[in-house]
Amino acid sequence: MKFVTCPSLGRRALSEFTFGGRVEKETDQEAVSEREWAEYVFYHNGAPKTQQEWWYHRPTGIWFLFQRNTLTDSITQVDFANKGLTNDA
Amino acid sequence: MPLRLLKYAWKKSEDEPRFFPEEKPLKTSYDVVIIGGGGHGMACAYYLAKEHGITNVAVLEQGYIGGGNTGRNTTIVRSNYLTSEGVKFYDESLKLFEDLSTDFDLNIFYSTRGHFTLAHTDSAMRTMRWRAEVNKHHGIDSEVVDVDTIQKEVPYMDMSCNGQHPVMGALYHAPGSVARHDAVAWGYARGAQMRGVEIHQKTKVSDIKTKSGKVVGVQTDRGFIEANSVVSMVAGSTPRITEMLEIETPIEIFPLQACVTEPVKPFMDTIVVSGSLHVYVSQSSRGELVMGASVDPAELHSTRSTLDFVEGLTDQMMDLFPFTSRLKIMRQWAGMSDITPDFAPIMGKTDVDGFYLDAGWGTWGFKATPISGKTMAYTVANDRPHELIKPFSLDRYANFELVGEKGAASVGH
Repeated sequence: MKFVTCPSLGRRALSEFTFGGRVEKETDQEAVSEREWAEYVFYHNGAPKTQQEWWYHRPTGIWFLFQRNTLTDSITQVDFANKGLTNDA
Repeated sequence: MPLRLLKYAWKKSEDEPRFFPEEKPLKTSYDVVIIGGGGHGMACAYYLAKEHGITNVAVLEQGYIGGGNTGRNTTIVRSNYLTSEGVKFYDESLKLFEDLSTDFDLNIFYSTRGHFTLAHTDSAMRTMRWRAEVNKHHGIDSEVVDVDTIQKEVPYMDMSCNGQHPVMGALYHAPGSVARHDAVAWGYARGAQMRGVEIHQKTKVSDIKTKSGKVVGVQTDRGFIEANSVVSMVAGSTPRITEMLEIETPIEIFPLQACVTEPVKPFMDTIVVSGSLHVYVSQSSRGELVMGASVDPAELHSTRSTLDFVEGLTDQMMDLFPFTSRLKIMRQWAGMSDITPDFAPIMGKTDVDGFYLDAGWGTWGFKATPISGKTMAYTVANDRPHELIKPFSLDRYANFELVGEKGAASVGH
């Protein structure tokens, strides 16, 4: 089983988390062209890399941001998605 | 065959002809370079040579023939999809599959089993009726069947699913089949080689070179190769290839795992799938239960296996077939699925002249092997997309013309 160490929660099984996709800067839907909107919604460079991702901890309902490498599956950084939170768990 | 085998056993010498001819030395130039020596790549090479007379073709494979997703799937062939585009495409594939053994003069163990897609909820039943109607409209043999019919065909299944999520009915697809997946790649490979195509294993493409928007060749670990046309048929490695040309796609890679049990006596001659439980199972000709589930929960470019997968799958399997609790898992493995947002492939031309893409095969690639090869060969030979693959172009996302195929393996809907 794979484990991840979170701020305030400590060492938790990764199976307690749900993957929420990679973090992307949302473009302004009203301001961009349809093509640019499609670029944002669909197209990306999917090659292996380290990326920032949304992960939801189901038991506590807290969203986290992980830095994870999509080739090695190693998680190098874990942050609260909502920076204001420190000890919600 | 048995008599020939007996004769061979008594012979002193081993003068059987090689299955594949000796590999030729790598040339510095080809008309067409196909990246990826799996089923799709081999089928494309085969049809390029057979139907279009293009034989100055090299298939470059970083590993060995059929060692990627071709050898990692659960070998199911069917055409009971949800969209008209999908149904038409996969039905052509199924028809080609039925004649492959004769075409290749090689037994691909094509075995028509009948395919049940179980429904455990009202909404799943609604989708089954929808799929059955779309299928019938296109002349595909599909129908919604009741619980008694399923029980009669699959007597060992617990229709109440341990009381958790009772089976309410199923979509039954009589032409649903299984085939020896390696043999499909081998048959196409040998057929292509006999017609002059070269297959180069352990040859990795590290870059694709272009000149004023047109492909001029590929850089490999065995040197540079000039080519007018380059076809990428690499499934799970697609993003690594498209990155070389700075082509962006909606493809995300998720591992798809599968496993087999120890062999047992034949007890199930049908294929059973449950979209709601995310499992599918069939019994191989060796007696093993071949089982698969949905893709892993997070993006990953890896073929590692996990215990989480086996735990999740067996938990569901034991609800369907309680006696499987006594079976041992013999092997497990994973392949890299190139998943698209609409569960349909990406096929055809790209913005780079001379570069063709055959990707987005997610969990539905094996059954498309013959038709993918045939339509891509047409597309490369004529430099225009085949009629059947027009709905699957890469720019459909930019035009918001998604295919919406939810009939893919173990997609819950």
